[in-house]
Amino acid sequence: MNFKLSPKLSQKIAYTLLVISTIIVIVPVLTVIIIIIKNGWSALSWEFLTTMPKDGMRAGGILPAILGTLAIVSCAICVTLPVGVCAAIYLNEYAKDNLLTRIIKLAIVNLAGVPSVVYGLFGLGIFVMLLGFGVSILAGALTLSIMELPVIITTARGALSSVPYSFREASWSLGVSKWQTIRRVVLPNALPGIMTGAILSISRISGETAPILFTAAAFYVPHLPKSMFDQVMALPYHLYIISTQIPNMPKNIIFGTALVLLLMVLSMSLIAIVARLYFRKIRKW
Amino acid sequence: MNSKITDYIIEKIIFLCGIIAIVFVVLIFGFLLKEGFAFFKEYGVFNFIFGKYWYPTSNPASYGVFSLIIGSLLVTLGAAIIAVPFGIMTALFIAELAPKGIRDVLKSIVELMAAIPSVVLGFVGMVTLVPLVRSVLDIPTGLTAFSGSIVLGFMAMPTIVSISEDAIRSVPWQYKEGAYALGATKWQTIRRVVLKAAMPGIIAAVMLGIGRVIGETMAVLMVTGNAAAIPSSIFDPVRTLTATIAAEMGETVRGGLHYRALFGIGLVLFTITFIINFVADLFLNKKR
Amino acid sequence: MVDKIKVENLNCFYSGKQVLKNLNLTVKKNEILSIIGPSNSGKTSFLRTLNRMNDMNVSFSRKGDVFLDDDNIFEMNPEKLRTRIGMLFAMPIPLPMSIYDNIAYAPKVLGLKNKKNMDEVVEQSLRDASLWDEVKDRLDSSAIKMSGGQQQRLCIARILAIEPEVILFDEPCSGLDPISTAKVEEAMLKLKEKYTIVLVTNNVKQASRVGTRTAFFLMGELIEIDKTQNIFLTPKNKLTEDYITGRFG
Repeated sequence: MNFKLSPKLSQKIAYTLLVISTIIVIVPVLTVIIIIIKNGWSALSWEFLTTMPKDGMRAGGILPAILGTLAIVSCAICVTLPVGVCAAIYLNEYAKDNLLTRIIKLAIVNLAGVPSVVYGLFGLGIFVMLLGFGVSILAGALTLSIMELPVIITTARGALSSVPYSFREASWSLGVSKWQTIRRVVLPNALPGIMTGAILSISRISGETAPILFTAAAFYVPHLPKSMFDQVMALPYHLYIISTQIPNMPKNIIFGTALVLLLMVLSMSLIAIVARLYFRKIRKW
Repeated sequence: MNSKITDYIIEKIIFLCGIIAIVFVVLIFGFLLKEGFAFFKEYGVFNFIFGKYWYPTSNPASYGVFSLIIGSLLVTLGAAIIAVPFGIMTALFIAELAPKGIRDVLKSIVELMAAIPSVVLGFVGMVTLVPLVRSVLDIPTGLTAFSGSIVLGFMAMPTIVSISEDAIRSVPWQYKEGAYALGATKWQTIRRVVLKAAMPGIIAAVMLGIGRVIGETMAVLMVTGNAAAIPSSIFDPVRTLTATIAAEMGETVRGGLHYRALFGIGLVLFTITFIINFVADLFLNKKR
Repeated sequence: MVDKIKVENLNCFYSGKQVLKNLNLTVKKNEILSIIGPSNSGKTSFLRTLNRMNDMNVSFSRKGDVFLDDDNIFEMNPEKLRTRIGMLFAMPIPLPMSIYDNIAYAPKVLGLKNKKNMDEVVEQSLRDASLWDEVKDRLDSSAIKMSGGQQQRLCIARILAIEPEVILFDEPCSGLDPISTAKVEEAMLKLKEKYTIVLVTNNVKQASRVGTRTAFFLMGELIEIDKTQNIFLTPKNKLTEDYITGRFG
């Protein structure tokens, strides 16, 4: 073919394709959200959020699932955030730049990509069986915290290393020790980044199912959790079983459960995203 | 001095946490290796990887994961075919064409997309996409590799879009100016200069997206039909490595052969994703 | 005059590469010793060795000794040493906090002053750095928003607040315009009365304006050290003469 597109025309075609592809990527997300809101809205009520399930979960509320998720997630973040931030401080500020450190950093980055179901296996083997915690809040929370540790370390390291090195030098040159420099100069300036990372982590682990599948989650528990060693219902797992394992499940309850989970997860992500934009804007350096 | 002692203690705690984190990293690896290898030793690696039949509950049981590997690969391939072109084009749009206000909004939407739990996407796919696939293609069930590919394609997109976008945006502006100075249009510049310079980062983005898809569990469990047989086409039900673990672990005898076979699958998954992430990391570092 | 710093057979290396060769010199009390020389002559490495900032760099190693009064600095606690030998960097580095907090930062962390005295310390330090009149009404505003020259004088004030004995200036005016430079030099001359100063500069004229004595470094070696006027009017070494007359550098 001799025919050749003029650069102007080919640019136009290309741009149109880019716009279309963006629309194709964005529209399904919004559709998913709209479908869930539209079908789940009618189920949402104070009662739905604050009562126990009834009639083999086909009626009533989802309180135990909400509380179960809150319990697992809050325990998990209480473990993973301090350990992860400390590990990040160690790797970023103290560790000597040698082969071992580089291997460790590499391993941590790569562990963030290991499938969550594999962490579930690990949690089952170590926490449920070896340490004898049984299927429990504790085992599930520890599994999630191990899963999230590489992510927290990576984001915290990013936040720490975005604080200019010269700030540290200025502080050291005034006779201030390494730790005091970290505490008074580095950490305050890295804190927004660390916190937005932490919120995103909470959002992510709230929606995780596979890691708690065999470490914490129960099909149905007739009472609210009393101790760390109880099995619990959890929102994502509850959604999984009522949508696949229970025949004649009323649709609006499934959608309502999905909506509660979605609202929980998306609102936290949104907070993190907005906070990050805000801190970037007011950042002083 | 009192504060000196506190400083000392805090520094020691930080070192300790660093070591704890590192110990767990090593522990995960070691644990999977131990459990997986114990199974391999008993059943044989070759029989495991290339065995066609996954009949864990029949007598004698057979633990061949070949059909599961094929299932995972098929779904992943389909997802990649959907996610890669759209993901890269969207990244180009966000990085090069969108005005700043729209760019921030689009980036936020992409990030929200990454935050939707896979069980929610699986559920929505199950009630909307699966019946649609069944009626449009007129096949006996909509629970197919194809449905799984579509759902997973969308799950891979946030990763591909955001990392590619970073790579495209970090192309130095001097490169572009050089091309403009030679009279190239903006699109020619994007296609010949920007894409080329950003390529290592884009490849890393694609690999990380694929890594996420291979490891994805709940959504595939809910939409692919879970038939442990080698599929004849993408419109057949399949079962993936991840779904097998999730579906069967609950019913195994703890410590039994089936239980350990699932750990063997875990080791396979771990190895695949670790290699993918490692190579992606090499590409990302090459970029810098 | 009394010797404040005595450098004896100092050799420094980065990753095994020698950057300072067999250095012997003294810095006298209450003088400004200017160090001149082309880039990569080891001037900055020398400064960063004096207050042991190089300790933070793992590839750094050294042989030889440096004495502050009669104490070997390599046997001292490095943090304690840095409160006695302050350092000003080439680029001003205000910390991301208010003007007041920048000055009060180190005294507070080090526990040098109690809260009541802090206001006085801040005012006195800013006065000594010739900055007080410009900022006295906005001590709470961010230090990042000041001009480059003001930032550099703020960094001087910050050092003064910890009352060191020696101040090291590492090309403090390299990023500043002539008027800001003049102000920093003015501050320096005033400081000479209370402090001992070592000034590294790429600007030969600056050395001639403020230096009590001047040392010429080349490729990690001390070529010549003498009273500033001798160096500029009657240099003994041909290389020194070539450098200050601008024949290379």
